[in-house]
Amino acid sequence: MSPSESPCKDRIIFVTREDHETPSNAELIAEDPDDPYEEQGLILPNGDINWNCPCLGGMASGPCGSQFKEAFSCFHYSKEEVKGSECIDNFRNMQECMQRYPELYPQEEDKAESNSGSASDPPTEGSALPSETDSAPASSEPESAVPSDSMSPTDDQTAS
Amino acid sequence: MLKCRTAWKKLAPLARASSTVCRQNVRRTGLTNGRIPALVPAAHMSTGPAGGGGGENRLYFALVGAAFVATGIYAYRTVKGDKQRYQERIDEISSRPSKATESDPEPPAAEAPETAAVEAAEPEAVPEPEPQAAPSAEEPSPSAPDAEAAAPSETTEPPPEPSAPSEPSPADLTEPPPAPVVESEPPAAAAAAESPAAEPAEPQPEVVAESAVEAVPALPKVPSHTPYLLIGGGTASFAAARSIRARDPNAKVLIVTDEPDLPYMRPPLSKELWFSDDPSVTDTLRFKQWNGKERSIYFQPASFYISPEELDSAENGGVAVLTGKKVVHMDVRGNKVKLDDETEISYDKCLIATGGVPRNLQVIERAGDEVMKRTTLFRKIEDFKALDKVSRNIQSVTIIGGGFLGSELACALGRRSNESDLEVIQMFPEKGNMGKVLPEYLSNWTTAKVKREGVKVIAEALVKSVTCKDDKLEIQLKDGRLVKTDHIVAAVGLEPNVDLAKSAGLEVDSDFGGYRVNAELQARSNIWVAGDAACFYDIRLGRRRVEHHDHAVVSGRLAGENMTGANKPYWHQSMFWSDLGPDVGYEAIGIVDSSLPTVGVFAKATAKDTPKAATEESGTGIRSESETEDTAVSPVASSLPAPVVQQNKDDYGKGVIFYLRDKVVVGIILWNVFNRMPIARKIIKDGEEHADLNEVAKLFNIHED
Repeated sequence: MSPSESPCKDRIIFVTREDHETPSNAELIAEDPDDPYEEQGLILPNGDINWNCPCLGGMASGPCGSQFKEAFSCFHYSKEEVKGSECIDNFRNMQECMQRYPELYPQEEDKAESNSGSASDPPTEGSALPSETDSAPASSEPESAVPSDSMSPTDDQTAS
Repeated sequence: MLKCRTAWKKLAPLARASSTVCRQNVRRTGLTNGRIPALVPAAHMSTGPAGGGGGENRLYFALVGAAFVATGIYAYRTVKGDKQRYQERIDEISSRPSKATESDPEPPAAEAPETAAVEAAEPEAVPEPEPQAAPSAEEPSPSAPDAEAAAPSETTEPPPEPSAPSEPSPADLTEPPPAPVVESEPPAAAAAAESPAAEPAEPQPEVVAESAVEAVPALPKVPSHTPYLLIGGGTASFAAARSIRARDPNAKVLIVTDEPDLPYMRPPLSKELWFSDDPSVTDTLRFKQWNGKERSIYFQPASFYISPEELDSAENGGVAVLTGKKVVHMDVRGNKVKLDDETEISYDKCLIATGGVPRNLQVIERAGDEVMKRTTLFRKIEDFKALDKVSRNIQSVTIIGGGFLGSELACALGRRSNESDLEVIQMFPEKGNMGKVLPEYLSNWTTAKVKREGVKVIAEALVKSVTCKDDKLEIQLKDGRLVKTDHIVAAVGLEPNVDLAKSAGLEVDSDFGGYRVNAELQARSNIWVAGDAACFYDIRLGRRRVEHHDHAVVSGRLAGENMTGANKPYWHQSMFWSDLGPDVGYEAIGIVDSSLPTVGVFAKATAKDTPKAATEESGTGIRSESETEDTAVSPVASSLPAPVVQQNKDDYGKGVIFYLRDKVVVGIILWNVFNRMPIARKIIKDGEEHADLNEVAKLFNIHED
């Protein structure tokens, strides 16, 4: 069967690797990082934390959400030499809360103590769309290896 | 019975009042309902028209008399109807000890009749009393003693009025923070309940009874007020709950769902769950993700949620899910909803995420119970469990429908047919699988793959009739073919659930179905709609309604943001994906409609370019299946934009397909090419006219992994 019944409607182009070697001359519109319509990364243009970032998954919205927000905010705005060193109490609160919900926050000893604000243990929480895995926030802090749990089953990011 | 006597006592003054009222109303023109003018048309403007005064008077009295008689009949009929319902209410009240939660609905209920009587409203159920009742209901303080006073002091009946009068009053009174007067409420409730005893005022006894019913246990099972109410417990609702909780600290969110399950994701029900090795998968509902990790289809385990009883008092707020309850009525003016058990819940912000109900074929619906018993409409967890069970016990199953769900189920069942003797048939009116989505050449290619999964595909099949004979179903097609099978799965589309449109006064879209909302997903003040049920305005692509999982997530999240004050329009384009077996996988974004002109740019696929391979690449594999290796990535002959005739059918290994509308790319399919969705999203967002789509295709680097 021929590939296309009405050649005008469905065009097919086969390309070789060489055909696509030259850079594209297709023009894309420049992105505006401050565009309010766009999905924001972990840190908003004004410096605040975007609690609704899919990368955080359900961390900010679960039962321990307020403790997490306090701890992470404290860390984020910390100006100490050892960033977040004054936030020990907040992190302890958060950890205590999380220990009460082992199903939601499986305890992994080595990561749980992390003072760098990486809530990287809370695994089953949080969600990222498959789309979000691609556009993971570039400006997020190095420690925020906050894993996303998937709201979508084909999400590539680890849910711990 | 006491009620009868009370009823007759009430009716007499009603009759008196009605005739007085009628006369008064004739003079008060602008305030009447349509019915009045119809009954007293001529006398409307004045009592002494230019023409004969005497004749006019006779006519006038005749009409008033007729009005009175009509009232009497109406009242009597309503009384009869109400008696039984009222009796049930009273039984319920008296059978339970009542402690008040809030006296709001009840005092206004009692006051509304009072004010209505004061207003001397007409007998003919005129909406006029409500606006007047509302402000005057405000004046007496919302406390039970007033209600007590109001109730016995009632002498006249308010007109029979569908829920309207009590609604504005409770609405106004829920705004000022209630000062529930606990002790006096039960007696007041009883008193107020008694006086409107046989009244044609239907809502009052109900509302009164409800407040008593609500107050029954120590903590109310259902909160009577919640700041955020989400109707529907699916993907969009959960995404919104999460968004609200993230943005509004300590937010209290109540999800009301008529399903017995907590929020769960739907795609695995027709994909991953079928491929699981675990025999108890129908109970655990766990599946293996792409990255090998197992997870449940439930978004969160039960410990994530708090119980509805605790919602009000939760210091840090939380998300509560009320299962097994359906919202049947929505009062937008009063900012509250009514459940199927008569409970009322008021809200500050409300999301409607009711999704939809699977469509059925008319021929099946008309075919009778025996056929319906052997038909599955697939959507929920219980449908998955039922189909799984059935498919193990039958010899032949037929799936009607060639779209996403039908094709996925066919492939899933087809895979199962390898182990068992199950015959899997799929039939649809299009020429090939996904005929409405994929351009014809790809649709044919997909159909071939589906057949290879073990499915007997019957294309261009229109079902004429279905009958049940000797325990087997016989499907008669319009072209004469007869298909015999044991069970039917109908996957012929989704009917968006707009049950609340009427009571809430929400607009329903006639082109796409669903509630019509703006670009910010708002239907009316304080009401948003997300997910399958939302027909929204997409700034880039125009008005549309999308029935995909990712859209539910994106729109639910956006609705949650807007419910907490964000005012952002739908902008981040959602995507969707489908895997039909290990060889065919694609991701898509935007408007992907096969009736649009398309341009497809392909490279020849290697064994590396399948969904399976994409995961093995990343090092976290799913178990591999044996598969013959494709030949190497040798380029195909021509790079000219002309269909290359010498290609075999199988050469659409991987590529990009652009869907165009007025020369602008509105949809893109990434065919066996993964992890490039952001580029696709960008192209659609730009909405530019590109002269050479091959150049655009270069951006995707399809030859690389």
